[in-house]
Amino acid sequence: MVVTALMLSRIRDLFAAAILCGIYSLLGATAYVVMDAVDVAFTEAAVGAGLSTVLMLGTLALTTDKEIITPREKRLPAILIVLFTGGVLFYGTSDMPHYGDPVAPVHNYVAPRYILKSDNEIGIPNVVTSVLASYRGYDTLGEVFVILTAAVGVISIIGRREGKAKTNKINRMSG
Amino acid sequence: MLKKTILRVVSKFLIPFVLIFGLYVQWHGDFGPGGGFQAGVIFAAAFILYGLIFGTALLRRVLPSKVTRSFLVIGVLLYSGVGVFGIIFGGEFLDYSVLARDPLKGQHLGILLIELGVGITVAASMITIFCAFAGRSPNRLDEF
Repeated sequence: MVVTALMLSRIRDLFAAAILCGIYSLLGATAYVVMDAVDVAFTEAAVGAGLSTVLMLGTLALTTDKEIITPREKRLPAILIVLFTGGVLFYGTSDMPHYGDPVAPVHNYVAPRYILKSDNEIGIPNVVTSVLASYRGYDTLGEVFVILTAAVGVISIIGRREGKAKTNKINRMSG
Repeated sequence: MLKKTILRVVSKFLIPFVLIFGLYVQWHGDFGPGGGFQAGVIFAAAFILYGLIFGTALLRRVLPSKVTRSFLVIGVLLYSGVGVFGIIFGGEFLDYSVLARDPLKGQHLGILLIELGVGITVAASMITIFCAFAGRSPNRLDEF
């Protein structure tokens, strides 16, 4: 994953960068599988590695696949901001509990109740589904609305001219 | 449309299996990994593959934009409708236990229905977004 990320920052060809993003997501998905989070891995593989790569390629088809080179004087502030943000994030992780720590707050709040009672209350074997769909059904509804909003946003910004690319081109040529 | 015969034959061969796998993930989400979100994405991926190989114009003939736009809303309405039904049957919003006489069966039915709603909305929005991006310049997308 580190190698892919470094390659991503070095590469100028945006087509290759989009493919590298997909590879990065796929590697992330395998990392989730290693951590036994199959549901998350599934989503990452389908959305991150699959769909978003296609969408990025679609965007490239609309724009250009060559990156504009940043002027030299703008590079130093950018590096400083990246280093600062990364440093803060690393500092933040030092406060987080270790992976699989049984006394971590997240394991002692509602998680035991979900895991112990899900079988009696919901009666389906996959606890992840029962938490997402039933205990946290309200949140999932919100997520679905977010997706709807995203689609509506895309439609209202660029979707209306869909299928009329030809006339568009003519307009642009004459204008 | 791409002229590559191998791509066209292989994708035609793959698409039914991708669709079946999407349906499997959709209905099997309670027992194994997966659920409406993943199923919707996989289901949409089959159509997007079709759109990539055969062009968005043909994809739009299979699924006109009216259809995807209505499914976009149908999914959300199905999800919220299940929630409202919970209120009508005397429970709280999104309380599935009251949907059937046996609370466990009600939960199961409710989860199945809302996952279906999630799947429909996700698949429809993915296809909509893809078509919005790809449908604008069908000629340039063919270069890839």
